[in-house]
Order: sequence, then structure tokens, then C-alpha cells
Amino acid sequence: MSPVTVARQSLIGRRIPKLDAPEKASGQTRYIQDIDLPGQLHAKILRSSRLHARILSIDTAKAAALPGVHCVITAADVPEQRPIGVNKDQLPLKTDRVRSYRDEIAAVAAESPEIAEAALGLIEVTYEDLPPLVDPRLSKQPGAPILHDRAADNVAMTFTYQNGDVAEGEAESDFVVEDEFSLHYVTHCCMGVSGVIAEFEPSGNLTLYSNTQVPFLHKREFAELLGIDPGRIRIIQPPIGGGFGSKLDIYPFEPICIFLAKKTGRPVKLVFSREEEFLASPTRQPVILRLRSGARKDGTLTFRTVRTLHDNGAYTSWGATTPFVMMQTFSSLYRVPHCDYFTEAVYTNNPYAGSFRGYGNLQATFAVEQHMDKLAALVGMDPLDFRLKNAQEPGEVTPQGMHFKSCGFKDCLTIAARRSDYADKRRQYEAERRQPGTVKRGIGIASMLHVGGGAKIYPSDGCGTILKLDDFAHVTLITGASEIGQGSETVLAQLVCEELGVPLDAVTVVNNDTDITPWDVGVHASRTTFIAGNSAIGAARKAREKILLAAAKVTNLAAEQLDLRQGAIVRSEDGQLLMPLAKMLRSLHFSDKAELVITSHYYEPPSQHQDKEFKGDVSAAYAWATQVVELEVDTATGIVRLDKVTAAHDVGRVLNRLGIEGQIEGGIVMGQGYALTEDLLVEEGVCRNPNFRDYKLVTAPEIPEMDISFVETQDGEGPQGAKGVGEAPAICMAAAVANAIENATGVRITSLPFTPERVYRALRAIED
Amino acid sequence: MSLLREIRFTLNGVARQVSVPVTMTALAMLRDVLHLTGTKYGCGEGECGACTILVDGRSVNSCVMFAVDCDGRQVTTIEGIAADAQWQPLRESLVEHGGVQCGFCTPGMVVQASHVLSRDPHADRQAIKRGLEGNLCRCTGYKKIVDAVVAVADAGGKVAP
Ligand code: FES
Ligand code: FES
Repeated sequence: MSPVTVARQSLIGRRIPKLDAPEKASGQTRYIQDIDLPGQLHAKILRSSRLHARILSIDTAKAAALPGVHCVITAADVPEQRPIGVNKDQLPLKTDRVRSYRDEIAAVAAESPEIAEAALGLIEVTYEDLPPLVDPRLSKQPGAPILHDRAADNVAMTFTYQNGDVAEGEAESDFVVEDEFSLHYVTHCCMGVSGVIAEFEPSGNLTLYSNTQVPFLHKREFAELLGIDPGRIRIIQPPIGGGFGSKLDIYPFEPICIFLAKKTGRPVKLVFSREEEFLASPTRQPVILRLRSGARKDGTLTFRTVRTLHDNGAYTSWGATTPFVMMQTFSSLYRVPHCDYFTEAVYTNNPYAGSFRGYGNLQATFAVEQHMDKLAALVGMDPLDFRLKNAQEPGEVTPQGMHFKSCGFKDCLTIAARRSDYADKRRQYEAERRQPGTVKRGIGIASMLHVGGGAKIYPSDGCGTILKLDDFAHVTLITGASEIGQGSETVLAQLVCEELGVPLDAVTVVNNDTDITPWDVGVHASRTTFIAGNSAIGAARKAREKILLAAAKVTNLAAEQLDLRQGAIVRSEDGQLLMPLAKMLRSLHFSDKAELVITSHYYEPPSQHQDKEFKGDVSAAYAWATQVVELEVDTATGIVRLDKVTAAHDVGRVLNRLGIEGQIEGGIVMGQGYALTEDLLVEEGVCRNPNFRDYKLVTAPEIPEMDISFVETQDGEGPQGAKGVGEAPAICMAAAVANAIENATGVRITSLPFTPERVYRALRAIED
Repeated sequence: MSLLREIRFTLNGVARQVSVPVTMTALAMLRDVLHLTGTKYGCGEGECGACTILVDGRSVNSCVMFAVDCDGRQVTTIEGIAADAQWQPLRESLVEHGGVQCGFCTPGMVVQASHVLSRDPHADRQAIKRGLEGNLCRCTGYKKIVDAVVAVADAGGKVAP
């Protein structure tokens, strides 16, 4: 009988369905909204009905007397509360002053959400109005209301970055363009609204069911806020109904829920309504951006001067810090010898912005890529050639300190342009502009650079892994990395399978309980595949080594001659089956030196903290992409219809083709919404459209055809060569749409979104 | 607090009898009274489709339907679709085509897609997109969801168990 041989099977690059999809498709997945603890109470928050006012009195007596109400709290009841947020400039429950309509004044815990809601209506608050400040351009004017004593000029944050000398750059320029770009409010619209459940044990230990994207950082922050030892806090993360950056900061509802749980001694659940989600969860950072750019006659970029005004809103969350990412796009997407960047984030009584997929890069790219088209036209070059001339290449270190070890930018540009027939169509559509008919076609290109190998923002950018091999060759991967719907658990399992030669269904991923999982800095900055992936590979390789060494002893072969394939130990050279992996593990398991629990970590990726001047190689790898948009503009109505998006992404390497396509398609459509339909209308500090009827998400019939290509640059540090991709696909769209509208109509629009009204008015303005 | 009314209806093939406040929505009854949490709250205003159920074979946003209006009807939720072998190809197709990310919209999508396919087992891509228009998804960009339903329609819609 000839020996059985086993072939190597790799899951890398295949189309692997998300591990938790079957459960989700049958409605069994229990999200935070679906969890109820025995004895649980329900909480609701009373928010300010004034934009800017002094609180004169709060009377909670009637609310507290309502049958079914267990507890009503105001700031006076929680003297222990501490400021939260990026600037620590707000208390969860406001004391004597409100600064926006969303401000939290009181909270109720009751037997049911309906009773809690009814109790809110019985709380009497008297206010004394203060003068409002809703226009960020007026924040620094003399006499403007001062929102926080600590910032007498209303400036929440500033960011300055410089390289070279822009005056010199300007002197060298043959062409200079300058525009003001205005970027609007949009919000995450996670389909699952925000929620949290807090429960104290009699010992004082706190369990939080939370959708946070950064459980370990929040553990520490909650501990500070509550004045308890972080070791007493356990965060359990139920499956999340969408993240996109919205759960990266602590927002007041979380500590408020904890206070109520503490006061009542009962588990307390607090879940938003959709309206509340619109009003009281973070937005994308609105920005007024002035960009001045120059080029020489030969098409070389010379300088960029950037001034941005960030409407910080009433308090500071991550939105204010988006310049970290924005300045990278200005300084380093293309080679720019001279760059001068300045951002001022100013307080107003408006909503405040958090982090949101792309983190400032949509705003920066919108400006930069429109200027690339404008300069190309002045220089007399095709926009693609102009970009290729200035694009970064592998090996470059930018003046800001970013080192592009792998860089497929030029490939992204050429592939997206070729597949969309960009150059020919652009000329053709431009020529067609003057032909009769109201419907004009246009094509536009835009590219982006984003971190793709983590981002060294916190003291560590690491992630830990625990790998457990059981006696039946089943693997449990316990990772610090959180899953927010992006498919990280599937990719991590694939990476483990690759090392251990086990089938995918032999791997269980545990990723949602801080009492069990090792430390991780959180889901953000497109870092999970890269960082947690490398961490998981580290543990799996250790396990592999251990198994092969043990197998070598039994088989009288050297470990190097052995391989793990399809759940078996085989001879590498011919794949001859030597023994099932389960058998090997079983015998190891019951030996005295088994140690089949393996720990590993990826501390630190080879990246640097930026210095005070924001210089430094902040990520271990960088992602690149080009997207080409084809659309139609009806000049009679201003309606823009997307036909096709051709995207080329440098992703290092495709690990899960199904998952990565899903990230890119979802990102493109999110970018489409940012460009065309979504607009959180904030007027005089009031959100006018806190519902899906008036806040328009893209729907199924509106999506464009999508043609997606991958540029596989095989990053040397990436897990199996991969780079992060989560944020990248949303970034280019608005810029590409702007350029396509210009191609179609000859009109360049520098404010978002491109609603029919805005487009129509812009077209008329030109005709007048 | 509010007036209670007793109703009888068929829920996922099983006769049920419950007392519900007259002001309660069908969504709240399903989730909070009957503990069927597969049907999701996404907006409460009939705008997102996360709460889609079938009532007498019609798809309905359960958040804008009164619970008492279920009286005497046949109600099917995602739990019913999940237990129905007839719709196994649809669920599997969504999984295999990558139509599920965070999954919060998925139960509503599955129920709505089953409705679209029941009406027209060979529905084409345009009809499927239109049929799913009322179901919002923030994660996938819809393409893979549509692909998944198209694949089932191409195979003849309902595939016998
Ligand atoms: S929850 Fe019913 S349509 Fe949104
Ligand atoms: S998969 Fe997340 S909303 Fe559709």
C-alpha cells in the first residue's frame, strides 16, 4: 500500500466567509441591545433644551416619586465624577452650565425604558440663557462668549507642521492656486445604536457590557473616573452593530450608566434611541480648509500652505485631533518640498466630532486632490501624468519622516486609470460638455495615503495573543483585538491555520472579554490585521515549533523535515502522512512538559512616535489607493448619479478576498454618502435632521458598479505581507466625485455634500 | 399603565396568545414580551428595515405596526425564516457571498429578501435592489448582499429542502 500524501492547503487570499456570519444571518447573534441581565434597570438621560445657558436649578422630586423609578441623579449626586474626553473638558453630568443641546443634565434608572422616559419629563430645570457661539469663524472675535475658562480665546487645540520654506517654494512656482474648502457634518449611523450595561458585584468589581473599540484603554479611563483600581473593571464586548471609529472615546452616557448602577446596586442598561444617536453620538470633524499650492511649468509640485479651522463643538473628542492624519496627506501623499500646515480647533456651542473612518483624511484628500487637478490643468498635463510625476515611490522617506518601505502608489494610479479608461474618457467628456442635452458625463480620479501598519499614537501600539491547543487539535486563539464587524476574527483564524495546518473550523477566536484577553491598544487606525495578525502569527509559530520538535522525536526526522498540513504531521519533501496532529497533541497534552498554552505579543511594530514637530515614521507600513469615479450630472436638476467606481488598492497582500472586497465596497459606498447624500444639518447648534428620513444614507439601488483591483506589494513587516485597509476605501470618493463633476460640467465645487441643490446653484452661478 | 389587550396570532407557525398594551409596537412585543431578539431596532420610524417581519406574507416594518394589529394574523420573524429549510439557500448565500459584516441589518435583509424572492423567485438584479431599498446597511455597501440574493434567484429562488 502506497503511503498517503497530504498537500499543503493555504487559506491566504481565498474567499473565506466571515466566521460569525451564519449566526448573524439567522438572527441568533445577541448584540448589546439584546442582552438583559436579571434584575436589570433601564436608564435614560435628560439633555439640555438650551444651547448655552447657566443651570439655575434642577428639581428631580417629581421624577423620583414616579412609581418604578429607582434613582434620579444629577451632578450634585456624583461629586466623585471626573472630567472626560481628549481635553478632559467635560463632566459626564453637567454641573452649573450647559454648552450644547446634547449636554447631559440628569439621568434616571427605572423598571422600564418607558418609565425612565416618563420620569425625564417630570424633571424641572430652570436655565438662564447665555449668548450662543455657533460660527467657528467668530470664536476668536473680541467679545465672543467664552465657553471654557481654561481657554480664554476659545481655542481647544492647535497643530503646526512645517518642512522647507513655503516662501521659497512659492517663489519657485510658475503656477499657484488657492481655494477654501468646506467640509460638513456627517455621522457614523451605525445600524446598532449605542448602548452600555453596567453591573457592580457586592465586592465592588464592575462589569461593563460595552461596544467600545478600545477596551483596555477605557478600563484605565473608567478606573480614573470612578476612583477605583482598573483591575476591578471587566469589559465584555458583545457583538457590535457597527463601529467606524464612533466608539473610540468615552462619552458621557457610559459613566452615567455606571453611576446609576452603583447607586441602585442593580445592573443598569442604557440604550439610545435613533434620534439620540444622531444628537448625542460624535460626528465627523467639520472643517473649513484653505489650501494654497504651487507647481513649476514642468509639473513638479513646489509647496503647500494649509490653514484649517476645526469647529471643535462644545467639548473635545477625537475629531479635534484629526490633523495628525490630515497633515500626512498634505506633506507626504506626493513629494512636496515645502509645506506649512496649521490647524486651529475652536470651541462653539455646536455638536462635537469624534473619530470616524478615515480620520481627517477624507477632508484633506478632498482639498489636495482637487488642487492636483487644478494644477495639472494649469501646467497643461493630463491629471494622471501630473500625479505620476509627483507620486511617492518605494523607499522614500518624506520630510515628515514617513518611510515608505512598500509603496504601490504608482501601480494604483496606472491600474485604476487603465481599467477605467480614464485618460480617453476624460478628454471625451470634456469635449462633450458643449454638446446639447442636460445630462453630462464625467470621470474623476483621486488617490490617498493612510497608515497601514498601525499608528504609534499611544505609548504602545501593541497586541497580545494567547493560543491554546487542546487534545483534539482544536485551537483557541485568544486575542486582544476587538471585532467590530470588519472580519478581524476570520483573518486572524486564517493566519493561525496557515502556520498550524489546521482547518478553519478547528479554530475558535475569543476576543471580547478583558478578563480573558491579553492587552491591545484597540481597533483604530486600520491596525488590527497588521498588529493583531503579527501577534497571532507569533504565537502560532511558537506552537508550530513546539509540535514539530515533539514530532521529530517520535518520527526520527529533523523538525525541519516536517510540516503541518490539513490537521496532520507530514514529511515536507513529499507530503507523506506521518501522524494526525490530534494524536501528537494528545500525547503531548498528557506529558509533563506539555505547555500547550502559548503566549505571544507584537510589542512594538517598527514605527516611531512623532516628535513635537509631528515628524516621525508613525506607522510600520502605509496603504495607498486610487479611485476613479464615473458619473452623470443632470444640469437641469443638479442630480448627480454615480455609475462606476474603479478602485486600485495597495493592500500589501490579500488575506481574505471576500473580507477585503467587503471592506472596500462598504468604504466606497460610505464615501459616496459623504460626497453626495449625507448631511447632518446643524443650524444654530440644533441638529435639524436626526432621522433616516432626512439624513440620507445611500440605499441599494443607488450604488455604483465597483471594479476593485489589488496591488500586492508584499510588505516586509506585514502579516503574510498584508497592510491595513479598513479606512482607506472611504477616503478618495468625495475628491474623485468633485473632479468628475468638474470634468462633466467645467464647474468645480469646493463644499460638500454635492446635493442637487448645491450642484444646481454652482452651475447657475457660472452661467450668470 | 396603558390598556392591555389580549391577542391571538400565529408566530413562526405556532399559535400564540399574549396580552399587550395597546400602544406597544409589534417590534417591542416580539423583542421584549416574546424575547425574539432577532428582529432589530434600528430607527423606530419605519426608515431602516432592521425590524422587518412578514405579516400574512407581506413585509412590514414592525416598529411602526401596533402589536395589537397582529391579532388573527400569520407573523413570521427571522427566527421563523432561520428555522425554515426553504430559506437555507438564502441564508447560506448571504454568508458565502460576504453579505454579512456587523450583521445588524442582516436579519431584516434576510426577511426582506425572502419576501422579494417569494413574490418573484427569478427576480433580476434591478428588482432585487429595489426590493431591498428600504433596508439600510452601513457596512457592506450592499453589493455583496445583492449578489447573494441574485445568486439565489438565478438558482430559481426557493430551493426545495
Ligand atoms: S427599526 Fe423599524 S424601520 Fe427602522
Ligand atoms: S452588516 Fe453592518 S449594517 Fe449591514
